[in-house]
Amino acid sequence: MVDSIIAGCSVIAAAIAVGFAGLGPGIGQGNAAGQAVEGIARQPEAEGKIRGTLLLSLAFMESLTIYGLVVALSVLFANPFVGS
Amino acid sequence: MYTFLLSKIEVGSHLYVNFSDTLHLHGETVIVSTLVVSFLTLFLVLGTRDLKKVPGNFQNLIEVVYDLVKSIAFTQMGPSYYSQFLPFTATIFLFVLGSNLAGALIPWKLIEIPSGELAAPTNDINTTACLALLTSMAYFGAGFKIKGIGYFKRYIKPAPFFLPINIVEDFTKPLSLNFRLFGNVVADELTVTVICSLVPLIIPLPIMMLGLFASSLQALIFATLASAYIGEVIE
Repeated sequence: MVDSIIAGCSVIAAAIAVGFAGLGPGIGQGNAAGQAVEGIARQPEAEGKIRGTLLLSLAFMESLTIYGLVVALSVLFANPFVGS
Repeated sequence: MYTFLLSKIEVGSHLYVNFSDTLHLHGETVIVSTLVVSFLTLFLVLGTRDLKKVPGNFQNLIEVVYDLVKSIAFTQMGPSYYSQFLPFTATIFLFVLGSNLAGALIPWKLIEIPSGELAAPTNDINTTACLALLTSMAYFGAGFKIKGIGYFKRYIKPAPFFLPINIVEDFTKPLSLNFRLFGNVVADELTVTVICSLVPLIIPLPIMMLGLFASSLQALIFATLASAYIGEVIE
């Protein structure tokens, strides 16, 4: 009984963790991509450099989402609160 | 240990090779990383054995790889120090790239092992933790080597009350490196597995391509960050 309550709570917690972790980086990535497009429109000759920097910073932002995913995964697959 | 099994997807199941009660290693990680390391060694030794003035195809490939790692180290550490730490950056980059690609490109599913399955060595958190700890040791070592005991001035750099923040940063750097690489690799494999269990044909292919791209990018990011941390302490 207690285990099933913990299991249900864990699934909800995983959903919340991933959902909210996706929220902020989504806004950040949108901002970054928009600014990069603006930069390319202003200076088309700098496209290669801007693209490289953009990809790198997008991956950095994505890693924040990944932290949420790691929390969700550990809650789902390696839950420390469920009795052995 | 109790685990949820949603459509037979498991995270963190390994082929344990037990030596004693407390000492065991993860068989599949060791096998695949040994393969990756031996392949990389073979590739680099064969590529640099007889260097010519006019490079052939294979030497061209090696030179492209060298230029890439050199540009990573050069942009982060500057012209006067980069050559000392280039081997470290190159090793980290090639190992992470090799293991990510080994996980993504080779059809490991065809080989059955008793438990767990053969996959990228970087989807085991121990591998990435080891790489992250190596990075922190490297930047401590670099700081001591270049600056001597004056290295500790870095901790009170903007103002003395930044001391706790700077100390905490030393712990969060390897932690974030570790989780970034591990999480990305596991997320790629998990997405592919989930989509494969829903639609096994054609549909997972674009996701796999995305995973291939993302895993090469993660190698680049890991190497860039490792050299950025070294560059930060020696500047």
